[in-house]
Amino acid sequence: MKAITRRSLLGQAATASILMAGRRAFARPSVDLGLPGGPGVRPLTTDFPEKGAMILQRSRPPLLETPFEVFDQGVFTPNDRFYVRWHWAVIPTDVAVDSFRLAVRGHVATPLSLSLKDILALPRFEIAAVNQCSGNSRGLFQPRVPGGQWANGAMGNALWTGVRLKDVLDRAGVKPGAVQVRFKGLDEPVVDGAPDFMKSLSVDHARDGEVMIAFAMNGKQLPLLNGFPLRLVVPGWYATYWVKMLSDIEVLDRPDDNFWTKSAYLVPDTPGADMKPGATGVPLVPISKMGPRSFITNLKPGDTIQAGAPVPLRGIAFGGDAGVTRVDLSADGGRTWRPATLGKDEGKYGFRQWQASFTPPSAGAYSLAVRCTNSAGLVQSDRPNWNPSGFMRNVIETVAVAAV
Amino acid sequence: MLKELALPLLLTAGLIAPTSVVADSDIVLKSVSTDLPDPGRMFEGPGSDAANNNCLACHSAGMVLNQPGLTRDAWAAEVNKMIHAYHAPVEPQDVAAIVDYLARIKGAQ
Repeated sequence: MKAITRRSLLGQAATASILMAGRRAFARPSVDLGLPGGPGVRPLTTDFPEKGAMILQRSRPPLLETPFEVFDQGVFTPNDRFYVRWHWAVIPTDVAVDSFRLAVRGHVATPLSLSLKDILALPRFEIAAVNQCSGNSRGLFQPRVPGGQWANGAMGNALWTGVRLKDVLDRAGVKPGAVQVRFKGLDEPVVDGAPDFMKSLSVDHARDGEVMIAFAMNGKQLPLLNGFPLRLVVPGWYATYWVKMLSDIEVLDRPDDNFWTKSAYLVPDTPGADMKPGATGVPLVPISKMGPRSFITNLKPGDTIQAGAPVPLRGIAFGGDAGVTRVDLSADGGRTWRPATLGKDEGKYGFRQWQASFTPPSAGAYSLAVRCTNSAGLVQSDRPNWNPSGFMRNVIETVAVAAV
Repeated sequence: MLKELALPLLLTAGLIAPTSVVADSDIVLKSVSTDLPDPGRMFEGPGSDAANNNCLACHSAGMVLNQPGLTRDAWAAEVNKMIHAYHAPVEPQDVAAIVDYLARIKGAQ
């Protein structure tokens, strides 16, 4: 008779997971993102440097999603659980702090080559800010659209420490006639002729005193995959502008015509970047400010709650490019709303926790909805937006639960 | 106190390269040297050669396998975007084979 060994037990476990998930023989945990029409199952991976368990969307170049339960654990997203998104696969894996230089050049009086020591010597600045992928939640679009098939975890909130971009630009001396400032990191495309990933901001935006060159997130150096050693932080704007491994700042005396600024990351020039599927001739503009979003983090779809007993509800909200003014909850599909209690304000660009309590009057199905209003008066819509790139989703989220 | 002592001691002992740390007050930046994991699986099944030969230089197969079902036209548009916007060096004679393969394994439902 064959002895039961640890190996054979593991083998049985693997077989069971194949039978259950109908997938390949990886005896590793997975998560079902519940994307409409599928496929929604993704492995959880711990294979990436400086990263804990992450949802594997793509291994090369890495797209790693933050498992949603992380957002229930605090208002700041831990560095080792912060989502990861790269465009090109040539990502330096050796970055030496002594030889790294940040160039500041172009339409300036004095081009600079700054060491990390030089940057650490500049006046410091800290800001809590949400970094959210333009395509966060793309996998929830209907009709579905191609691209990274994220659920809601391509976002995170960190306390960023760095120096003001304005201070660095002032040291170089921006010359009159400057129009835009273009940012590039150390990553490179695999193939010749492919466009380097670069993004630009207007000179006024770049000098607004909030755009930052960050060398720390949540008090520690950035994980390599989040942009070590330096990352641009553009509070309130989508993460496409937050250039990672920032190594080159070029002041331009003309509008940036590089592919990533001019032709990519464009959205319909309509409220909420919304258009009808299949519509043609819709004017497009570069993506920019984020809108408000909110989430219930302590209940997930399909959870069971107790009828007649108060159920604590909590979650996170953010206002986008403005603060969170209020968060409201509905338990009747959006017919009636009541306010949640807001947690500590860590700054207008960050996550804000909220709390509420809900007592299901009787057994049955409940659709719990959460809605954020930002300080600019923008309210989340109950109708999802659509565009062919799957950008800027910020519909009111609902969680269907059953009271028993 | 310990923090201030630790660096010179380690330097004297030759335990770390003298230039692998940049520090200022409470911020310490340390050089990173790491590796990224293997990109994993390839495309499988009949007709997968063209996809394996042309697509995997820039991205892993999982990116494609995680996509929703799309029409053949939508897949053709994706392949053309890779070629024209992202300069993917796809052999012209392979384009139709790639689109056929994608439309078959990830066709619209």
